[in-house]
Amino acid sequence: MNRGRRRPYEDTEGGERYFKRRRTTSHTEKKEEDPIKSQILTAGEKTSSVETSIESVAKSLESELATQKAKILELLVEVVTTHPEKCSVYSTLAGLLNAKNYNFGGEYVETLVKTFKEHLKSGNWLHAQYTLRFISDLVNSHVISATSLLQLYDTFMEGAVDSTVPQVRRDWLVFAILNCLPWVGRELYDKKEQTVERLMMTIDNFMRKRKRTHVGMLRVWSNDDNHKQEEYLECLWLQVEKLKLDGWIEKHINRPYLAFDSVLCEALQHNLPQISLPPHHENMLYPAPSVVYRMFDYTDCPEGPLAPVLPGTHSIERYLIEQELRDILRKYHNERRECTSHLLEYQHNNRVPLEYMVVEVIFGELFRLPTPEYLEICYGSVLIELCRKSPAIIPQVLAQTTELLFERLDTMHPACIDRFANWFSYHLSNFQFRWTWEDWSRALELDPDHPKPKFIAEVILKCLRLSYYERIADSVPKTFERLVPPTPEPIYKFADRDDGKTEIGTLQSKQLQAAFRGKAAHEDMIVILSEIPNPLEGDEGGPTSHNPIAIDVFAQTLFMLGSKSLTHAHAAIAKYQPVFKRIVENEDAQLCVLKSAYSVWKNDTQMLSVVVDMLLKYQIVECAAVANWVFLKEMQPDFTRIYLWEILHLTIRKMNKHVSRLSFDLNEAREKVRKAEMNTSESEDEDGDHADNPKDKDNKDVPTEEQVDKMEEKLEAAQADQKNLFLIVFQRFIMILSEHIARCDTDGKTFNTAWYRWTIGRLQQVFMQHAEQVAQYSSTLETLLFTQDLDRNILEIFHQFQALRA
Amino acid sequence: MTKVFAERMNAKLSDYRDQLFKGSETERERKLVTSSTLYIGNLSFYTREYQIHELFSKCGDVRRVIMGLDRFKKTPCGFCFVEYYHREDAENAMRFINGTRLDDRVVRTDWDAGFEEGRQYGRGKTGGQVRDEFRKDYDSGRGGYGKMFGHVELL
Repeated sequence: MNRGRRRPYEDTEGGERYFKRRRTTSHTEKKEEDPIKSQILTAGEKTSSVETSIESVAKSLESELATQKAKILELLVEVVTTHPEKCSVYSTLAGLLNAKNYNFGGEYVETLVKTFKEHLKSGNWLHAQYTLRFISDLVNSHVISATSLLQLYDTFMEGAVDSTVPQVRRDWLVFAILNCLPWVGRELYDKKEQTVERLMMTIDNFMRKRKRTHVGMLRVWSNDDNHKQEEYLECLWLQVEKLKLDGWIEKHINRPYLAFDSVLCEALQHNLPQISLPPHHENMLYPAPSVVYRMFDYTDCPEGPLAPVLPGTHSIERYLIEQELRDILRKYHNERRECTSHLLEYQHNNRVPLEYMVVEVIFGELFRLPTPEYLEICYGSVLIELCRKSPAIIPQVLAQTTELLFERLDTMHPACIDRFANWFSYHLSNFQFRWTWEDWSRALELDPDHPKPKFIAEVILKCLRLSYYERIADSVPKTFERLVPPTPEPIYKFADRDDGKTEIGTLQSKQLQAAFRGKAAHEDMIVILSEIPNPLEGDEGGPTSHNPIAIDVFAQTLFMLGSKSLTHAHAAIAKYQPVFKRIVENEDAQLCVLKSAYSVWKNDTQMLSVVVDMLLKYQIVECAAVANWVFLKEMQPDFTRIYLWEILHLTIRKMNKHVSRLSFDLNEAREKVRKAEMNTSESEDEDGDHADNPKDKDNKDVPTEEQVDKMEEKLEAAQADQKNLFLIVFQRFIMILSEHIARCDTDGKTFNTAWYRWTIGRLQQVFMQHAEQVAQYSSTLETLLFTQDLDRNILEIFHQFQALRA
Repeated sequence: MTKVFAERMNAKLSDYRDQLFKGSETERERKLVTSSTLYIGNLSFYTREYQIHELFSKCGDVRRVIMGLDRFKKTPCGFCFVEYYHREDAENAMRFINGTRLDDRVVRTDWDAGFEEGRQYGRGKTGGQVRDEFRKDYDSGRGGYGKMFGHVELL
């Protein structure tokens, strides 16, 4: 082994050699591809031209048909959904096979339709969409008759005008048709002009009557100043209308069947069988609506006589390319190397400013509301990979993107500002934190609650967490000092002070420190704490309540003990959880613990988040207490900071996970009981006693009725807690927002301040991030909280949420 | 070479196997495919626990981070274990964090059969990781020259 050899990839870890030396057997295995499959998969990809490649695969498959028909049928149906980007390659291939062998063509259509129906029935909308588009394209390659396709569209439109089913279902039906028209519009128009006209009119009618309440919640920007924020179906409709005006001619789709026109036009076509839509039922989930993300127009891209031009907003090419780029992202999101290769080698790259479109699509996905499809870091890692693969262009485009997003922060949704700050700090951490901060100096003059200074401060904070304080503090200009957080160090209230004054409890805090060091018994610590006078006692002489000062002394001292690292904090809380349990008896006491945590860790928000997480985990505080704490007056200075909302969301997530785990356990238990019952009835029939029967072994962990009842009770209790948590969160939001609006009214000022926009955005964020759980309590929320007497600005958010699924 | 590296940008197992694993090979393989613990390598000696926590939390809730320490000096020696609550989150870290940077260094993530007491210590003769004894280059993030070669080159 040549130790001195340079690594081919400079970033490859130096230790690789070491690990290679220790390698045992290879654990990666290669499967032999079968020849028919590999032929089908490589159709349209080989050598000289797409057409010759398809032709040769067609010839070869034709000769195999006699013996391998079933397999070929299966594979040709499979590729429709596994390789949607090769739609027209496979429709051409099917066309050639059909021209040679009409019966095979018939069987193929039959199989395809069967699969299509299955997708519809199981609610696999994406695969149904791919399949419908492929079926439409088969009209182009003379496999399917235009009339029967239009009949299928009619069936879809009948479903779309049915006002008794949710709009999301009706939307999808219309979307599925519009999605096909760029492919088959011209052919249909040539053959059945009037039917197409009628279809377009029906769609137009549908579009006019459609509700748009949901749009408000899905827009990345609250206004249309830079780019119009169009609803997805609306935008596609305008694009298709424009396509129609252009005589149904688009400049994007490869149509290899055109080259075989002489062969294909001789072929007999099949009629699609009658396809009826599976009826709607309550558990059916439909694709959520979205708003089309637009960040660039042609003026943002490089100019020049040879520079490709970005297609306009309503050109169908923009839609088609974006859709294909999104397909690549979807297909390869778990393999960022492959993903970026496919994106950068995208076949139409010389006709459009590809890098701009790729970056726009990725940010569109990252900012997708209510939630992105994949983890935020998935998009971040793809962007890093793109920078590596295309170092001359992508970093430039990303810098431009960052500038442009920064300029548009004023109206950006707070949920998206979070993601922008997360991405940008993460991205900087991969590129030595180099950024020209000076360009953003003007933001320093703005109100501190304004999104721009806020964003800078959050980015700096997140950079600190990924690096270390001095490095980041030194890398930003002196003038930005105000936005650099204080050093992340704990603040201890009971420390010795220069002014000689002492807090009540200082003495006990010292005794407690000694007790910690001496590993004293928990009981001894309780004794120390009991010597602290309780301010809540004495006035009325009522029953003794919790002692806020004692809790503060214990919590702060313990947090200081564990202040060295996250692991130390974890260990300290875990070890002294029993003491907490003794002194923290009610929700007010829990709030005291949280206030102590904030008081110690207000300058280290990462530690604060982790500590709150642990307090929840060890059940020292409950989720409801955290929700109340977030809205406390004491927390107001941090109310517009991201970390506080991250804490709220982690709290809600914890609750949701708890409920879903209990519900999973209960279902599992019920299933076991059900199976056991079936087995007993079976064995009774058999009348045999097999001691070694594996079924008997199963029976051993079959829960008793009593156990199942207990689990049910537990689940119900957890659900009640969950509901209560949401009620608290929304009630606090309503109170704080209503107060704000009323106060501004009396003062004669506009309520629409930066603070208001942050807060209303945070309210939306709770709905969006926990939509599934909140939806279960929708009716309770409607009767108890989101009532008609509420300010309409607040009420509107609730209506937007309801519209997302309606 | 590039190919090998490319294959590791996903959640699959790499070819490395812990030679000091206590248990049978089947046991080890079973643990590796069900584990939610990752080994993280090529860290700087200066990288702190909070940074690792921050980065790896982007893939899911982290149960704990165990810093790798020099067996004698008890100081960080450039590796750690990250334990997630769920395997899926660890898979995502394998996909999205492996091969990206922390503290300007490209970190390497790999599946681990699960942390056991003692494994947080370096296994090299000098207390750190073995790779830092055979390195010939100067790496300021990992204590300068390799321990076995460094003094020779300094002469």
